[in-house]
Amino acid sequence: MLDFLSTNSFLIAQVGILVVIWIGLQLSAAVMVYAERKVAAYLQQRVGPTRVGYAGLLQPIADVVKLLLKEELRPAAADPFLFYLAPIISATAAFAAFAVVPFGGSTTLLGLLTEPLPLHVADVNVAVLVVFAITSMGVYGIVLAGWSSNSKYSLLGGLRSSAQMISYELSYGMALAAVLVLANSMSLRDIVNAQSGSLFGIPQFRWFLFLQPIGFLIFFTAGIAETNRAPFDFPEAEQELVAGYHTEYSSMSFGLFFLAEYINMVTVSAVATDLYLGGWWLPLVPESWGWLAFLAKISVLLFFYIWMRWSLPRYRYDQLMAFGWKVLLPVSVLNLIVTAAGVLYFGL
Amino acid sequence: MLFYFFGALAVVASLLVIAQRNPVYSVLLLILSFGALSGLYVLLDAPFVAAIQIIVYAGAIMVLFLFVVMLLNAPHEETDYDERTHPMLRPGPMRFGAVLALALIAELAWALARSGTPNTFSSTPVTSVAAIGRSLFTDYAFQFEVTSVLILVAMVGAVVMARREDRPGAKR
Repeated sequence: MLDFLSTNSFLIAQVGILVVIWIGLQLSAAVMVYAERKVAAYLQQRVGPTRVGYAGLLQPIADVVKLLLKEELRPAAADPFLFYLAPIISATAAFAAFAVVPFGGSTTLLGLLTEPLPLHVADVNVAVLVVFAITSMGVYGIVLAGWSSNSKYSLLGGLRSSAQMISYELSYGMALAAVLVLANSMSLRDIVNAQSGSLFGIPQFRWFLFLQPIGFLIFFTAGIAETNRAPFDFPEAEQELVAGYHTEYSSMSFGLFFLAEYINMVTVSAVATDLYLGGWWLPLVPESWGWLAFLAKISVLLFFYIWMRWSLPRYRYDQLMAFGWKVLLPVSVLNLIVTAAGVLYFGL
Repeated sequence: MLFYFFGALAVVASLLVIAQRNPVYSVLLLILSFGALSGLYVLLDAPFVAAIQIIVYAGAIMVLFLFVVMLLNAPHEETDYDERTHPMLRPGPMRFGAVLALALIAELAWALARSGTPNTFSSTPVTSVAAIGRSLFTDYAFQFEVTSVLILVAMVGAVVMARREDRPGAKR
């Protein structure tokens, strides 16, 4: 037994990573729900959940139990196949996108392994595009949910979602392209390692955030729009559309949409960290502990997400479209051109 | 092995696209077919093309298709009348379409009969983006430019057709 463990430790560690990611993503959603409620509460001078567990820490678990025990409802006029397929598409796309996101440098897990293990599920040499492709598949979950529910609120939510995705995906891709030009690679691991140089005399601080400040703003803004979070949460827009695309969903199929939304936020934050915030590189932190730095950076971005949601009012729909097409897209194209010129003439 | 799986999936999904009564299902099957094609590209050692296939076709173009289908809320196609008559016996456009379909089948059969064994791929797969870009802008520059002009023309055409000229004071 021990023999088997020691010879196959690398394989076991890799399977371990898979399991850790799978459970970690679900846990992150739970943590995010708790954080969201707490932050929202403090922003509104309340205290938020306090009853379940210490300081309300078990509140997300109570929420999940409540969701699971609810009755699964389906409108009589809904399209049954697509109605149940839609939340599955959403959740699957959310989980799958993280498969190609590296979240740490190579580590031997405190000497447990003989050779260093890179922390990722799969290293694809076009990882950036794969993440982009999978997130663009996720929109089908929302659009189909809107259509198959056969309800006017849902349909409007689905329509808004598809229009919003199309509009903001372009800027998102353009911001990405500028980073690809800088790093001269499409592999997320290479992009992160390209940021390990020194800047301002500080080692491991050549983050693309400093070379691409505008690109980062565009990426994160478009990321918020892609994950349908406030101030871009048009597909759900409670005040106008009841609950938008998931109006007719209950129980765990609603839970899946909920899960997908939070996991998508984690993925966008993780990709933004890899692309702009130097991934697991942080001055003074050794590479083997980089995943902690990575976690910290993601947490900052996620907090920002929540902070935005509870501070900013929702845009108007025409403002959303005008902003996406007339501001964000031209600026992102300009950003790409300037970056390309900079790389060509100054060899940044 | 996987080739046959993806190939069969693409063919079956494409056939089912035209067999659907409900346009939303047609769009979904087309997406499935694109996904299978993307799988084929991966098998051909072209992950870049595979990812682009998903992003551009399945991710962007089909979302627009679905958007339009949902926006128009297209009803199930009227088929009572179609099923009874032979395509060649139906009036006007349908007859013309049937002739075109026959011509296409004949052309495809002719092309299949004439083409020998397909060229085997060069041993070095074109995976790097730089290599794809270089061959696109050197060896295939003409085809590339012609295609972009074609798309531009299509775009201009769409804008011209969508414009309403009878309302001078109207907002665009």
